[in-house]
Amino acid sequence: MAVDATVASTTARRSLGEVLGVVLGPIGQLLAFIVGSAASLALIVVVLALVLSPGQPDIMQRVVIILPQVIIDGLVRGFLFATIALGYTMVYGVLEFINFAHGEIFMIGGVIGATVSLLLVNSGTMASIPPLVFVLLVVLIAMAFCGMLAVTVERIAYRPLRNAPRLVPLISAIGMSLILQDLARLVMTNSPLGFNARYQTPDFGQPLRLFEMQVGERSVPVILSPRDLIFIVAATIMLIVLNYIVNVTKLGKAIRATAQDMPTASLMGVDVNRIIALTFLIGGALGGAAGALFGLRIGTVNPYMGLIPGLKAFTAAVLGGIGNITGAMVGGIVLGFLEAFVAAYLAIFTGGNFSGAAYADIAAFSILILLLIFRPSGLLGEATTQKV
Amino acid sequence: MTTSTSAQSLWQRVTAPLSSGPTAYAFLTFYVVVCSVLLLTNPRTELSTDIVFVLFMLSMLVAYRSRVSAWFKVTLGAIALGIVLPYFGTLNPFYIDVATQAGIFTALALGLNVVVGFAGLLDLGYVAFFAVGAYAWAIFSTPQISNINPAWSPVDPIMFYPFLVIGLILGLITGVLLGLPVLRLRGDYLAIVTLGFGEVIRVVANNLDRPINVTNGSQGIRDIERPPLILVDLVRNLGVQADDNRLYQLFFYYLVLIILLLTVIVVAHLKNSRIGRAWEAIREDEVAAVAQGIPRVRMKLLAFAIGASFAGVMGVVFAAKQLFINPPTFDLLRSINILVMVILGGMGSIPGTMLGAIIVTMLDLQILPRTAAVIREAQAAGLPIPRQFDPTQYQRLFFGLLLVVMMIFRPEGLWPDERRREEQHEVEIGEEELEADKTVASTSADTGR
Repeated sequence: MAVDATVASTTARRSLGEVLGVVLGPIGQLLAFIVGSAASLALIVVVLALVLSPGQPDIMQRVVIILPQVIIDGLVRGFLFATIALGYTMVYGVLEFINFAHGEIFMIGGVIGATVSLLLVNSGTMASIPPLVFVLLVVLIAMAFCGMLAVTVERIAYRPLRNAPRLVPLISAIGMSLILQDLARLVMTNSPLGFNARYQTPDFGQPLRLFEMQVGERSVPVILSPRDLIFIVAATIMLIVLNYIVNVTKLGKAIRATAQDMPTASLMGVDVNRIIALTFLIGGALGGAAGALFGLRIGTVNPYMGLIPGLKAFTAAVLGGIGNITGAMVGGIVLGFLEAFVAAYLAIFTGGNFSGAAYADIAAFSILILLLIFRPSGLLGEATTQKV
Repeated sequence: MTTSTSAQSLWQRVTAPLSSGPTAYAFLTFYVVVCSVLLLTNPRTELSTDIVFVLFMLSMLVAYRSRVSAWFKVTLGAIALGIVLPYFGTLNPFYIDVATQAGIFTALALGLNVVVGFAGLLDLGYVAFFAVGAYAWAIFSTPQISNINPAWSPVDPIMFYPFLVIGLILGLITGVLLGLPVLRLRGDYLAIVTLGFGEVIRVVANNLDRPINVTNGSQGIRDIERPPLILVDLVRNLGVQADDNRLYQLFFYYLVLIILLLTVIVVAHLKNSRIGRAWEAIREDEVAAVAQGIPRVRMKLLAFAIGASFAGVMGVVFAAKQLFINPPTFDLLRSINILVMVILGGMGSIPGTMLGAIIVTMLDLQILPRTAAVIREAQAAGLPIPRQFDPTQYQRLFFGLLLVVMMIFRPEGLWPDERRREEQHEVEIGEEELEADKTVASTSADTGR
């Protein structure tokens, strides 16, 4: 157990109801935000379409037809950002330090996933493995590897600098992220993976047709691919497990104590170094799982894919209130919806002049800047006074 | 080193007589003359010339550190950088190009040093300001401008000189525009936001070919205009027989040298001015500085704007020198490249930053490619080195290692600022007390996770 006797002995056992409440409570909050942000963005889009429709008669139809698909895309994107953002938030919550290399941990999770899938193909067992087992295998291996990697990174580049001025560990984190990028490239280009490693997958089955959209005479199916479904389910499971760990277990209690006050926690018998290492282990494992799932969804991975999702996940973490686990989830979801809407609708509303996919990135950073100006503590964060 | 502490190292005992007294004059002259002769008599492009070239550049830093009269230093520097190096450049154009690049990046690093080193604001999007300057000249000097408005035509090449000022102003404006919203943020937030801003500039440059073609998208802008060669007849009369390309190399070398000189003067004066002291106060303890009546926002904004304006000017020069720019020229790695220079040399230290910039540029343009060539020869000779192992490919890895190792073992840099080093040692003594204070403060400020 991670916690030494003093803390452990004072821990009262919670009843099952309480545990469920603590673990699933944030899920309710999350659902509210999912519905809320989807509805409000959809409303904005429809109103915009109404405003523009006198000039372009078919704009309303085009907007409505893709709306459900955009919402699903947004949800998937959102879960991606949320799972990466959790890693940032875990570390920030404990150390108050942005683990810049987390985006690279995520990337390496993808690389590990691609490696495992390649190994399965080469051994000829890919076809005989049920998709669910495959996903489980890939995710668990990526989690184990990335968790260990994150602990190593902490040990090498962050622990010696724990008492240094703030900028120092940040710079070493940037250095670490460059190192990981190039190491991944070195390994990938020198192995059968190749620079853009292809993610081999077993047959996941046909895309699910959720329902048909009827607009005028046209009927457009709303599709949820099994990969996206896997992504959403896996991400939700990860979130619930993390909530359980942090809010219910003794380890979680030790983590919270360390986050609150490191020296006092250590006086109370918490092995702070160990707790920080475990925090990195959990954060890294989450990042690795996110990377493996992301690769699974996109189909390829490359050594530089960590930067932008990493930045966006950080944005998501800040959006929700950095250091707050539910906040990271909420921030990720909101950001995912926002990006999906910008990517889908910017081109429609500007008559094809601006490509939505390119400017979606800008949307994320604009949100970050605006948010930091007006509400630096994030959606769910509590305002903290500046420390003297 | 003339300080006679009880624990004088061997290095200090050896270098002390060489850096003060009459020996220093003789030693410096000897050093520079030997390097110059070696350079001028052996203008080939190979490893030995690289080493001599590096030693030659280092002689300037040795001169700076020596206790000799200022006039001697200035004369030595003027002869070495103003005459020997350009003359060597006419013999071997590769090295003058390296020197010019080193100059450009030194000026950039000095600009970033104002932001990071003086004011303590970690800016990871510094290259954005560089891009603004470069794109300004690239767009206005090429037919690209008529894509924006068919009635406009490219400006006359002589406008390059006013554009140096325009680049400065553009950098300044962008710096203020970025600085205004984000300066309330703490260091690490600021780093991420500036990083995001840098990425935004790159994405915009990459996509602003529609609806109006402003930046020509990912294809970049080519055939950028160079300024007309002034004094070209005079130079020809002096007996320099060279084609236009060679003359342009010399021209850009001198131009960069002049701008660099101005930059150093401005930065050195700023450092010792009230503004510099205010920056330092903010860097060391923001709350205390504000309590002392230092206008925090104005000072931080000033640091941002001044740093950005240097980058704007150099952007204009860079575009005219390179003749071609595209969005990947201004990616995150370039920003980190410049940051590495500042950190390697020593944040807040002007000579340190210059040293860092020279080391990193040399590494990039000379040492890594040369090592790569050596390794390739070894491969051809049959040594079992995997083909993918090419040191030029591992710039990121190298920078990353440099950053981590520096932060762990020598966070103050190779050549730290005297005052800053003193402060850091002070901190080491009282570290435990400070840490205790900090944690007490954080418990009272934190309201939980």
